[in-house]
Amino acid sequence: MADYEIPKLTGLGYVEVPALEPDSMAGKGPYVAKPEFQKALHFPADFDKGVSEGYELVPDWKNRALEKLDDLRHRYRSLQLYLDICVKCGACTDKCHYFLGTKDPKNMPVARQDLLRKVYRRYFTFAGKYFPKLVGAVDLTEAVVEEWYNYYHQCSQCRRCSVFCPYGIDTAEVSMAGREILDHIGRGSKYNNEIISKVFKIGNNLGLPGLALADTLEGLEEDIEEDTGIKVRLPLDEVGAEVLLVTPSADFFAEPHVDGLIGYAKVFHEAGISWTLSSYASEGANFGLFIGSYENMRRIALRIREAAIQLKVKRIVFGECGHAWRVAYSFLNTLAGPFDFLDPKYPVPQHILEVTWGLIQDGKLVLDKTANDDKVLTFHDSCNVARGSRMGDKPGGQFEYPRNVIKAVCNHFVDMPADTIHDATFCCGGGGGLLTDDLMELRIKGAQPRMEALKYVTDTQGVTHMAAICAICKSQFTKVIPYYGFKMDQIVSVHQLVSNALVLQRQVSVQARPEDENEDR
Amino acid sequence: MTFVSVFYGWLFYFATFILIGGVARKVYQYWKIPAPLKIPTTPAPLTKRGVVGRLLREVLLFESLFRANKTIWLFAFLFHMALWLVLLRHSRYVVETGIFLNFIQPFGKYASFVMVFGLAGLWVRRIVVDRVRYISSPSDHLMLALLLGIALSGMLMTFVVPTDIVQVKAFFRGLLFFNWHNLPAAPILLVHLFLVAILMLVFPVSKLLHAPGIFFSPTRNQVDNPREKRHIAPWALELEKQNKLYLDEVRRG
Repeated sequence: MADYEIPKLTGLGYVEVPALEPDSMAGKGPYVAKPEFQKALHFPADFDKGVSEGYELVPDWKNRALEKLDDLRHRYRSLQLYLDICVKCGACTDKCHYFLGTKDPKNMPVARQDLLRKVYRRYFTFAGKYFPKLVGAVDLTEAVVEEWYNYYHQCSQCRRCSVFCPYGIDTAEVSMAGREILDHIGRGSKYNNEIISKVFKIGNNLGLPGLALADTLEGLEEDIEEDTGIKVRLPLDEVGAEVLLVTPSADFFAEPHVDGLIGYAKVFHEAGISWTLSSYASEGANFGLFIGSYENMRRIALRIREAAIQLKVKRIVFGECGHAWRVAYSFLNTLAGPFDFLDPKYPVPQHILEVTWGLIQDGKLVLDKTANDDKVLTFHDSCNVARGSRMGDKPGGQFEYPRNVIKAVCNHFVDMPADTIHDATFCCGGGGGLLTDDLMELRIKGAQPRMEALKYVTDTQGVTHMAAICAICKSQFTKVIPYYGFKMDQIVSVHQLVSNALVLQRQVSVQARPEDENEDR
Repeated sequence: MTFVSVFYGWLFYFATFILIGGVARKVYQYWKIPAPLKIPTTPAPLTKRGVVGRLLREVLLFESLFRANKTIWLFAFLFHMALWLVLLRHSRYVVETGIFLNFIQPFGKYASFVMVFGLAGLWVRRIVVDRVRYISSPSDHLMLALLLGIALSGMLMTFVVPTDIVQVKAFFRGLLFFNWHNLPAAPILLVHLFLVAILMLVFPVSKLLHAPGIFFSPTRNQVDNPREKRHIAPWALELEKQNKLYLDEVRRG
């Protein structure tokens, strides 16, 4: 068992703001990426194993780190501004789930920013150059780099702090910059960079090749047929489909993700919408976001554009995935647009919940809510959906759409306490590129605020299940909630609930009709 | 002209030059650096007009801070609003007073107490709350000391040891119109003005940049319309134009 204490839930519904325990999470951070993976992402790879343990930094690392910082602050206004204008008011200090769970003061958002800010001040500001002690500026040393690596991998870039900052300072922008600098001096994180290199090589984070994917989808079709007696198709690489579905690869096999995928398939089937997955762009989650690398994020996003062109689809729809949706909603048009070759009747891209809620409103789906009567549901707002995106055409639609859909397919729904939902939602504890086993302690402790809220509605309102719309949330929770006395299967996909309630009327799925066939007719 | 008058005259010319020049330089920098991605903290306004409203609520009401922490909000709000009143009142030293300025005088006068209360509250919090103490540098304490010093020395003149304010006005209008007059050599006045000059000098190289900075904050000033309108930074557009994946390939040409 672990050599750390699992937090005890109070039942109050919240975590009391802890007294500081300096350096309680000091350490070496997650595993470092090998040079070959750095190379795959076009980062410097001129470093090697050290004489004792771990990897050395690249030669001349100090100048190269400062050069990268200087480069970034001239390309990102957010970074330059946020390094300058923090007044240290303390409003953010009790807002981070990792601080609440770990008590380490360097996990307070402002202190996390200060790790980079103190170096920025030393080398790039008047006050820091001439009066370093006065403004807390420090020289860049290996110890500082180690702190960057450790604490910038204790930020899930969930942006909760940015909601409460009087200037909107977003620590995610700072920790992304921190990781981008680290990637340029031989300190990439193994988890993130290995995954991104798999996307470049194979098309998805899991390294699931096309044939295996086809096999998996076929298996799912059989499962659905066994279950419902109807052959609902899960098509792959079908040219001429109306919709390209881009979903996190965890949806292909992990529980409860896969039940969500079955839900999407049933919805498309019932609505008579032809759709397809792409083996080339078989990944929704764009890990380029986590490492703050615009270039790598764009390179991943461009695969979706290419797949959409090759498959001649009219619409792009994203499955349940928080970071995927932020990159899709907020950045896809920037990174891989313009999408003028798609049907202008639909926003590009759409969220699967926008599709499903639209169909429910139009009365296109026959739903039997009693199918979910064995559950009392609550909903976990995913951080990047809540604070970095939207659904529908009104601000806050990202909170309404999932709840509307859940209420349309379930009879029993209650919300968790108000300061833990909507844009004040807590991260699951595994977002932002931290969903790796070498950060288990952090993940368990970081989940505490959400667990307290869940415990509260469990005790007071009899909640039995928590629905989520993010692959990371689902994976993180199923792994972590047993530590808090819950069961893995209490976490469900929203489209799993839809799948349960949906009464299939259509006997045969609508198939893609490639253009040439159409012309023959 | 007395030595003190000449010294303070040049000091205020210099401080004004640094304040205006320094802030203009930073504002220009914030203006020029692109925000390559749409990162408004959502839910965010869907229109420019909505964004103006959001920024006004932040600047006038400290909306986000109110959500975050009622204690800090109370002290910060009182301090800043009182500061506005005091500053308005002080404008009589450079412009001719009218109905409005005469009306505002008593408010500005007593606002100083509110200002000191707010500053004191912020300082106590900075010392007493362990989290805020942890993130404070000496400069954070000094900034509060400087502001309190300015406020208290000003109040001393208003309420205890009056200064020849007619002559003070003559001095500052003289600076404005390049027709110098003597500054009264009252010690408290000199302390007050010296601290104000220091505040002006540190403004562009300190956290006081939060004042102009907030208007440039992408999480607050961006319109939430990424699907409808393509947003792209010049350096990112270069990647596209040259059909390159990485910036160093663009730079290499």
